[in-house]
This record gives sequence, C-alpha cells and structure tokens, in this order.
Amino acid sequence: MKIHEYQAKELFRQYSVPVPEGKAVFSVEEAKEAAQNLDGFPVVVKAQIHAGGRGKGGGVKLASSMEEVETLANEILGMTLVTRQTGPEGRVVKKLLIEAGQKIEKELYLSLLVDRATASIVIMASRDGGMDIEQVAEKTPERIVKVHVDPLMGIQGYQLRQVGFGLELPAAAMKQFSQLLSNLYKFFAAKDCSLAEINPLILTADDQVLALDAKVDFDSNALYRHKELMELRDLDEEDLMEVEASKYNLNYINLDGNVGNIVNGAGLAMATMDIIKNAGAAPANFMDVGGGASSEQVENAFRIILADDKVKAVLINIFGGILRCDNFARGVVDAAKKTGINIPVVVRMEGTNVEEGKKILDDANLGLASAVDLIDAAEQIAASVN
Amino acid sequence: MSIYINKDTKVVVQGITGNEGSFHARACLEYGTSIVAGVTPGKGGQKMDAVPVFNTVKQAVEATGADISLIFVPPPFGADAIMEAADSGVNLIVTITEGLPVFDMVKVKNFLATKKCRLIGPNCPGIITPEESKVGIMPGWIHKKGNIGVISRSGTLTYEVVDQLTKLGMGQSTCIGIGGDPVNGTNFIDVLEAFQNDDETSAVVMVGEIGGSAEEEAAVYIKKNLTKPVVGFIAGLTAPPGRRMGHAGAIISGSSGTGAAKIKAFKENGIHVCENLGLIGQTCKDVFS
Repeated sequence: MKIHEYQAKELFRQYSVPVPEGKAVFSVEEAKEAAQNLDGFPVVVKAQIHAGGRGKGGGVKLASSMEEVETLANEILGMTLVTRQTGPEGRVVKKLLIEAGQKIEKELYLSLLVDRATASIVIMASRDGGMDIEQVAEKTPERIVKVHVDPLMGIQGYQLRQVGFGLELPAAAMKQFSQLLSNLYKFFAAKDCSLAEINPLILTADDQVLALDAKVDFDSNALYRHKELMELRDLDEEDLMEVEASKYNLNYINLDGNVGNIVNGAGLAMATMDIIKNAGAAPANFMDVGGGASSEQVENAFRIILADDKVKAVLINIFGGILRCDNFARGVVDAAKKTGINIPVVVRMEGTNVEEGKKILDDANLGLASAVDLIDAAEQIAASVN
Repeated sequence: MSIYINKDTKVVVQGITGNEGSFHARACLEYGTSIVAGVTPGKGGQKMDAVPVFNTVKQAVEATGADISLIFVPPPFGADAIMEAADSGVNLIVTITEGLPVFDMVKVKNFLATKKCRLIGPNCPGIITPEESKVGIMPGWIHKKGNIGVISRSGTLTYEVVDQLTKLGMGQSTCIGIGGDPVNGTNFIDVLEAFQNDDETSAVVMVGEIGGSAEEEAAVYIKKNLTKPVVGFIAGLTAPPGRRMGHAGAIISGSSGTGAAKIKAFKENGIHVCENLGLIGQTCKDVFS
C-alpha cells in the first residue's frame, strides 16, 4: 500500500527521522496559513499524488513570498499532473504539502527495501541524490553503497558506519546520520514496509541531514497488524473499479485493451492476458478470482467486467481445482441474469466437474460461446473484437 | 524414485480442523497420501475422521513418525507454524497459506538456515508424486505417473500445464509449486538439482512468471548443471510495470523482473521456450521425444 509524502514524513517524525517543517493542506487558504506558520521564505509548494517525478511534471515549486504561495497553490491544486509514473492521463492534485525551504549543500540517496534473493533488508545509499537510482546503478555502480541487514539481528553499528562513510559525509554529520538511519530501520521493521526511500536526503550548509522527500510502501499482507496504517489509504489515488473489486477480495487491475477476462489463479490469469495479446487483441484487465473463489465472487467479478465500457468481449478461462466448474458456472449464470450480456463471451473451462459446468451454461441459454481449448478460445475472442 | 515425497511419506497436517485443512486433508487421504496426524492447538485428543489430532507438532511427530508437515493455518500464524514444524524434526514443510507478511518470511528463512529441513511455499499448491502421494491442494486426478518433472511459481497455471501433458500421454515424476511470494523456501535451483539427480525424471518443465530474478538465476544453473532437456514458460509478458499481479511476488520493479528479460535468459541458456500456454503440451512432446 502506497501513502503520500506528507503521511510518510509524519511517520518519519514519529520515529525521529528528521524532515523539514511543513503541513499538508487542501485549499489555497490553508496553504497561506501553513506558509505563515513557517519561519520565513522560501517555501516549497509540493503536489501530493501517489507517483514519482512530480518535480519534473511541474508539481513542486518554490515560493519566495506569500503572493507566490497563493499563486502556486492556485495553480497546482486541481491541476492534472502528468509524470513518468502517472501515464499520459495524469492525476488530479487534491492536496499540497507546504514546507520550509532548505539550504542544500549536497543531495544524497538513501533507501531500505526487502531483498527477495537474500531474504534480508537491504540498505542502498548513494552520493548521487535526486537522480533515478536505477540509472545510477546501471551507469556508475561503484557510487552505490549496498548493505544487507540480517532481520533477526537488526541493524548493527558497523553497518551504519559503512553507509555513512560510504556517503563521504563530513565528520560533523556522521553521528546524526547514524541516528537517522538507525531510526529509519526501526520504522521499516516496525511497520512492515516493503520500501522506504529518501531521494534526496540532504546535507545542509550547517551539516544537518534531513529527508527532503519520502516515499513509503507497506506490505499489504501485514496491514492486519497495523490498523493505524489502514487509515492512510487514499481511495482518490486508486482506480474506482479496482477499489470496487477489492471489496470482494478479487485481484483486479484495470488495463488499456478491450478484451475483458476472468480467470482463477494469478499465474493462469497473467498467461491468459498473454494469450489474448498473442492472438492479436489486447486485455482490458487482469482479473484473478482466486483458486478457490465462491460463486458470489465470480458473480461480482463478471458484473465489474461487464460494467466497463471499453470491454467489447469477455474471455472466461477457468481451470477447476478447488473451484469446481459447476460452482463457477452458477456464478456466471447469476451475474448474466442480473446484468444481462450484450457483448460476446467465450468460455473455456477445464478441470473438476467440467461437464456439469458446461451443462449449466448450456441450459441457461445465455448465448455464450464455448471453446475447446486455449488456442480456440483466444482465436474466437480475437475474431470477435477485430 | 521421485523427488521429496513418495508412497512412504507420512504427513502431519497443521490446521487440520479448519475448513481448508480438513477439506484438503480428506482430498489427500482419498488420493492415497498417508496422513498420520493433525495438529490444532487446544484440540489434542480429538480426531479428524480417523486422523488423530495433537496439540503440538512435536507430539504428533513423536507419536506417529510423521516426516512431512502440510500447513493450512491463517497468515498471522503462518511463520509460527513453520518454525514449530522446523523444530519438531520433520524434514519437509509444505506451506499452502497465502498472505504471510514478507517480513515474517524473511525472518523464517533466516531461522530455517540453522535447521535441516526444507520448506516449500508459502502461497503454493504443494507437491505431488503422481499415483503415490499428494501433499497439497492440486486436483490429483489430472496427474499421471511418468518421467517429466514440473516446477512452477503458481497453482492453476501448473494444473493447466500438467493437464496438457497428461492428455498427450506424458506422465510426471513429481510436480512442485514453489509459490508466488517474493520470499519463499525451496527455489527453482533446489528443485532442478533434485530433478537432475532423480533417475525417474528425464525432462523438466519450468513455469515462471514476472518479478524477481529467480528464473534468470535458474537459467544459468540449467546451462551449467542439467543434462536433461528443459521447456520453459513465463507468464505475465503483458503485465504493466509496478503492479502486483495477484501473487505478492509478481511485480515488475523498475526495469527488473520483466517477462522479456526472463525469456531472453531462458533462450541464452538453452531452455526451449514456449510462448503460448495453449501449446505447452505440444512443445514438450516435440522437444522431449
């Protein structure tokens, strides 16, 4: 689960990871008030959306007077911000972070993430702050400091030093940096983060280090033990259909194509999207109803897909294991009766109770086309949209 | 032979009195798996059908000699259940549970490094040696005894592959789902090594998906160490970056974990790539005969 920069910084404050003074606001009036409470100018006006690249997209600006704060807040609030991560449609800005400007001596990079391959927490740091870390890793790997932390032991003093000296920090900043990194690790472990990234981490003219930006992602599987974090979820930043699907525990992702699809199991669902593409069409979504979906879930999945205007045909691909084909077919029939089907639907079912499932669909007389195998299913669906 | 499990395997099921646990324990028993014990804390002394239930895994292992644990407990108790199993003396732990926090798995994995047992999963369908033993949730009847080893990160996608193989007359030695989580126990390389050393396995099908770099590492391993032919498939070539595709581990982060990179690694290392799931059975038939 992603959160906003201002929320991440609030959590950083709780864990004594230094951040600039600032406040999140929802209107121009609030923006002026927040700027008033800061210690002079410049003041930074930052768009709050769940996507990186905000600065380049024009969502982060510097104000040197109250008039400028007002102008910029007016300009950025409500704008559709397009960045490399939002896609061409962009994201409407509904919140701002008003923050005290800093005297930056040096921009650094610091992040913590879970490393899949080594089953450890990896700290990545670089002297090249403010840049895309992937590019730094590719072009100048020697400028990246990487330290693996054993999760059973926690972060050790020598590891803090490895990172601090690796960043070539001045002696005067070393102690404060160690404290910052140690606290960031505590936060990361305590809240089940999957990523905590500070880019840039800055060194000020008076040798202070602080997080100028903050990007935090939480492990969704661990949210059950962090009820307080659930409140930070911002539905404005999510796709409406995806929010609806999540209510029924359906794994759904909205995509650009026009072939809707419903599949049981994540791997098979991805492979089904690929098959649609292979046949010369494009998937409108990823929809995994789960290995053991109930007929109610199937019904909701079908309803959500049919409500999507861009969907011109639907491919249903089910391999019955725990989810029996007859139960699945009942869910499809119920959904079809409730919503009505007016686009081509191709069904391919295999596995447990497949004959009963096919009979239920045939008897319901819904006009669904059935496919003998995956290749046939893909060809039929492509023919119906092309 | 086969790998990891066979007809002599004795299984203890953790969470046997729950909905899922009892449903699948029964399906395994029906398949012929020897389930000798169940564990549900507080329900020791009861029975699930004819299977005795114990309070702790240790008691179950001591009383019945179980050598494998099959875990169905809910995610908040998953890590604890795995560690309990590891401490009880079983040599294989199969964890079906989906939704374990990553941090829990990171800790468990480091804990297991000090133990002598193997973990399969979590978030996986389990393992089956056809016509001998099924320790998992896969539909047993689609499998057939034979010489093809199957490894995969997913569930129903594996069933699809197995079904195509069986229908074309190609049986399987052992089929293993290693799970769709970013941090898991047994990995592709462990299983490839076991298949290479197994006399009954003559060829391997490897089903990967986007996310991480396990497939790339396995590809390099295959070129160096496998004398048996391998057919590879990758799911998720059309997946958008930065989105979790159902499985917690199926995510393209930046430029890492893409399907294209995995297919490239497969091809560079002599793996026969099938790019259309509908043709994977036929591809195996062509390559393996």
